[in-house]
Amino acid sequence: MGNQSFLFIIVFILIQLILPTHLLYFHIRETDRKCFIEEIPDQTLVIGKYKVELFDPQSNTYLPSTPGIGMHVEVKDPDEKIVLSKLYTSEGRFTFTSHIPGEHVICLYSNSTAWFGGQQLRVHLDIDIGEHAVDYQQISAKEKLTELQLRVRQLLDQVEQISKEQNYQRYREERFRATSESTNQRVLWWSIAQLLVLVIAGFWQMRHLKGFFEAKKLV
Amino acid sequence: MLTISLRISFLLIAFILKYIHTTELTFELPDNAKECFHEKLKVGSKYVLEFQVVTGGNYDVDLELKSPSGKILYQTTKKQYERIEQTANEDGVYEFCFSNEFSTFTHKVIYIDWKVDGDPEHEITGASPRVAEGALTMIETKVGNIHQNLETCIDYQTHHRLREATGRARAEDLQERVQIWSLGQFILIIIVAIGTVLLLRSFFTDKRTSSHMTWTK
Repeated sequence: MGNQSFLFIIVFILIQLILPTHLLYFHIRETDRKCFIEEIPDQTLVIGKYKVELFDPQSNTYLPSTPGIGMHVEVKDPDEKIVLSKLYTSEGRFTFTSHIPGEHVICLYSNSTAWFGGQQLRVHLDIDIGEHAVDYQQISAKEKLTELQLRVRQLLDQVEQISKEQNYQRYREERFRATSESTNQRVLWWSIAQLLVLVIAGFWQMRHLKGFFEAKKLV
Repeated sequence: MLTISLRISFLLIAFILKYIHTTELTFELPDNAKECFHEKLKVGSKYVLEFQVVTGGNYDVDLELKSPSGKILYQTTKKQYERIEQTANEDGVYEFCFSNEFSTFTHKVIYIDWKVDGDPEHEITGASPRVAEGALTMIETKVGNIHQNLETCIDYQTHHRLREATGRARAEDLQERVQIWSLGQFILIIIVAIGTVLLLRSFFTDKRTSSHMTWTK
């Protein structure tokens, strides 16, 4: 029994060490700041994985790992408060759980000291949200589930995510309705105010000019 | 016996899980900018690219999908939503670029969904977890179907959320604009009223002085 679980742990660790080599990547300059927006319901787990490579002009390729390059990861919640702001090495993994539903902004920028421009960086990135963030290998290793149990567990996670998203949808629709009604009110009040201002301005003009002409003995 | 087969199945699951992945990203594309994403794919792997423009201007963007040899596999201009499903014919780095170069001052927020079914040796038709070989029982098939349907459901939900975000951004923008313009008009009316009176006064003051002088002559 102990032998078996020990082997599972070894396999699990080995698999985690196999670096994700085939991920989506993009290029940025050293001083650039790249942001991604994630609109998520609350109590949702977000896991991000990235890998940074530096362009080497001599060999005209991207070096696989460069010490000294770090990436700042900054996550802001819908109220513009910083949820996570940490400096990681050239390869990192960051997680956070949302407490407020809404648009979270995940920004990546390197810790370069250059003022502008700089060398090109290749950033491999993968952001997993909600049920995509769940690591089924880990769960199956830890709880020793069969294939079918694992699949059913995945279905449960998916259904939970769908229901959370529906709830968030209701909250968003409420906000949308509030915004529309507020606009409606504002249009009404401003129209009335402008009408009043016009009438008052007209009266004031007439009265002032009448007084002015009478004083000048032209009327 | 059982432990060995379990170990093998776990290894297989783990191995397979590394080759199927979905990446969803939402980013802002500034005006006159081009944003490219790349990925290294093996021949025979299936990929699906979906994008939707969430906010900005006329909600349109240009897309170009290039193969490793530089051949343009797909090109479209000024589209709001598109879904491209293809199989990779060559090994190498595939690239897709979004361009907002035709726009002078509107930023666009674009949502992309990139799914890769990477390993053609294993018959993969859906997402994790699963075994690569072996007969599936009735329950396992049904569970697989439910999983597929839920994936579709989540996909529809995402697109609904994006369309709602588009509408909501417009409404919030409208509210702010109504406020600013109304305030501006209010101030303008007051300025014009006072200005008209002052201008009229200035006409009659000058005229009166000159007419008074001609009188006294």
